[in-house]
Amino acid sequence: MIQSLADGILSGSIISLGAIGLTMVMHTLRFANFSHAELLSLGAYIALVFDGVFSALLPVLSTSLGGLSLTWGLLLAFPVALLITGFSAMIIDRWVFKRIREKGEELSMVFASFGVALIIRNALGLMFGLETQLYSDDIAFAMLLSQDPLLIVKPDQVFVLGLTAVIMVLLHLMLSKTTFGYSLRAVAENPTLAAVSGVDLKRVIATIWILGGGLAAAAGIFYGLTNNISPIMGRDLVLPIFAATIVGGIGSIYGAVLGGFIVGLAANMALLILPSGYSPAVPFLIILAVLLVRPNGLFGEARS
Amino acid sequence: MIGIISYAVFFTTIAAILAIAVLGLNFQWGNTGLFNGGVAAFFGAGAYATIMLGGTPQPDQLGGFGLFYPLALIGGTIIAGALAWVVGLLTLRLRHDYLAISTFGVAVAFETVVRNASGFSGGALGMRGFERPLEALIANPFFYNLLFLLLVAVVLLAVYFYLERVIKSPFGRLLRAIREDEVAAQSLGKNPSKIRLKAFVVGSMIMGMAGGLFASFYAFISPQDVLPTLTFQIWAMLIVGGAGNNKGAIAGTFIIWGAWTLSGWGLANYAPIEAQLYTGSIQYIIIGFIIVGMLLWRPQGLFPEKLVVSQSGR
Repeated sequence: MIQSLADGILSGSIISLGAIGLTMVMHTLRFANFSHAELLSLGAYIALVFDGVFSALLPVLSTSLGGLSLTWGLLLAFPVALLITGFSAMIIDRWVFKRIREKGEELSMVFASFGVALIIRNALGLMFGLETQLYSDDIAFAMLLSQDPLLIVKPDQVFVLGLTAVIMVLLHLMLSKTTFGYSLRAVAENPTLAAVSGVDLKRVIATIWILGGGLAAAAGIFYGLTNNISPIMGRDLVLPIFAATIVGGIGSIYGAVLGGFIVGLAANMALLILPSGYSPAVPFLIILAVLLVRPNGLFGEARS
Repeated sequence: MIGIISYAVFFTTIAAILAIAVLGLNFQWGNTGLFNGGVAAFFGAGAYATIMLGGTPQPDQLGGFGLFYPLALIGGTIIAGALAWVVGLLTLRLRHDYLAISTFGVAVAFETVVRNASGFSGGALGMRGFERPLEALIANPFFYNLLFLLLVAVVLLAVYFYLERVIKSPFGRLLRAIREDEVAAQSLGKNPSKIRLKAFVVGSMIMGMAGGLFASFYAFISPQDVLPTLTFQIWAMLIVGGAGNNKGAIAGTFIIWGAWTLSGWGLANYAPIEAQLYTGSIQYIIIGFIIVGMLLWRPQGLFPEKLVVSQSGR
């Protein structure tokens, strides 16, 4: 029970990071982006590549930080992966979604995201192989926090939770204290009105992609650190992330964070009563439950 | 020579079965504007239900009622429709992207359930024990496949003419009215959510029938046949063909299925042995590029919808 709670909070924090970017995109650009979860895989693999490059250049970097399986090389690769994934997201928008948006077909963007998801997922499989990989083969020993009730936590998990909290606080400060945060919220509220009030719409949209992509990359790396990396991780995470945005209400960033934790906790709690094979269906049940009770999510507002 | 012909028969059978599913999707998306992201679930519901109803009893499998084949196929179709009715009731009053996400969720949940419920759907091993209709009477497999192709072609034509009739009827105009402007349709006293539910159920039943034919052709169905990626393939067929145009939908199916088969054959025969493990990846990348490319350069598809004026104004 306690163990499920701990695991749920961890996977919830990863889902939250993925859901923040998705909810921003879904709200401002008005389309369900089925390729968002592939950005998590993209980020995870970019970090894997740069971890390898840095460790090859400076072998010292391949030592792990005390107790963690995380190496210095990966720590350095982390911001690089965030940046590259963020800019990739922006470029994908420029090449694909923006052009379709300009033709005025909102739902065509959803199909396009199917296509983009297929391309990214299978290109990653082609380049890196279909098998699962790990950032480090070192075994990070788990800490037994309590014998009864049983609670085992890996140092990596604590690290991931801590870094997620830092990222979320930074995001909160950015949204509530900076001019960019205001314009972002204004665009989310009403793009036309925001543009009239002097907000540079194009810049805000580009920043949303960079920010959303970066957060997705962070989520992907954290997922890789605490589970493993594989080309199909995007496929497995797309529904939980969608569920988190719907639970939180599309467009609500704080809702997405809370939604992520709810989905993560519910999926892990469900394992107590369901065989583990059924867990991919849990986010769907959460979506249905929320839509039945509150069609606009816990924090969302009705919108035409 | 006979090898090529029998392969052509096989290819056409599968393509025609998929074309039926694409017609069902076209009815939902092309004519009514409903975004179904879970085609695989409705196709799969029809497939599993047909085998359960028409098959022989097997250990670890529900059903095996050995129903007369047409009844089993109709039963499969109805069960796919029932699933669509439940899903539609829950989601159709919501915004488009919610419908896309929840139907996608249905497909994921469906695959998860049939893969894991080993006492019910045979689990990952799939469902067996189905005797194909009339197979005992026709000894020659080539003639049997030819006969099956005939059955599939008859169903495809029947579905095609049925949909064409519906589209030209006042009900079809109502569907397009709802697709174009829901509020306007509502102001004329129509009930959009009821009509949308109807269209969603009918389209899903057609997909379910395609699934039933697919399962009966192979006399087998497994979770591997109803992966959520099947939805993407079927969407690609519709987008290439042209949403809103039934002939286009059928043509798109043959083009995409042909490209899929040909690329699989080419990679299996000419690609280096190391690359063959990645055949599926390469094929899905091609499908992805086709979807994105069509939307960028020819969003109306190869065969665009013909806009009709139902009554000449005088």
